[in-house]
Amino acid sequence: MNEAVKLHFLVDGEDFTSAGQASVQVKKSLRQLGISPEIIRKVSIAMYEGEINMVIHAGGGEADVVIYEDRIEIDLIDHGPGIANIDLAMQEGFSTAPDNIRSLGFGAGMGLPNMKRYTDSMKIDSELGKGTRILMTVNL
Amino acid sequence: MKIGTIKDLLNAEVICGEEALEREVYSACGSDMMSDVLAYVKDQAVLLTGLVNPQVLRTAEMMDMVCIVFVRSKCPTEEMVALARESGMVLMKTKKRMYEACGKLYANGLCGNGEKR
Repeated sequence: MNEAVKLHFLVDGEDFTSAGQASVQVKKSLRQLGISPEIIRKVSIAMYEGEINMVIHAGGGEADVVIYEDRIEIDLIDHGPGIANIDLAMQEGFSTAPDNIRSLGFGAGMGLPNMKRYTDSMKIDSELGKGTRILMTVNL
Repeated sequence: MKIGTIKDLLNAEVICGEEALEREVYSACGSDMMSDVLAYVKDQAVLLTGLVNPQVLRTAEMMDMVCIVFVRSKCPTEEMVALARESGMVLMKTKKRMYEACGKLYANGLCGNGEKR
């Protein structure tokens, strides 16, 4: 693979039930590119958690996935309320998700820690009232 | 354990994926919190849950699972069945509650963490 493969997705923030469609698409694309199942799983889970977060907290956003020869980058951008305390948000079990989201099986405060767990690097830039950008890298 | 054996042990009704009942699986997990499934599950092929929404399917797909058992007679929606057919996932439902369903499978050799029993 000489040239980077770029995938771009709009994440719809209106409908929780459709959240995850971009992650499913990324998974299919990585499979077609012959990426190893272990890497595919790491990228899919990190992206899925990010997508769910965007829908729950930020009213949707955009996701870019770029597959290079040596790594896969996942860039998630939203224009939601931003994260007030990133250190706190990174703690397992801390969540600001509303109860209705918990009844759907999410909001256990595992999203960001999971994204960190399944990627080789994760950088969060967030500004209150402006939005959040999360850049994750999985090495190949 | 064959997926068909899971069906028999739980007196479950297969909703879709009948053709995969001969497939072997080696571990399972039970949870209604998809966040926890994504955080703690590793290599489990079967998910037992009482939660019914499309994110159950997507979570299972992200984790490379092959079979979902809905406990407490929970019934997936048509949209969920369509998603399952698309990804080749077996769906079944049982009247048993989570504790009993997990216990039956575990007692019959289907382990939790891929460990040999």
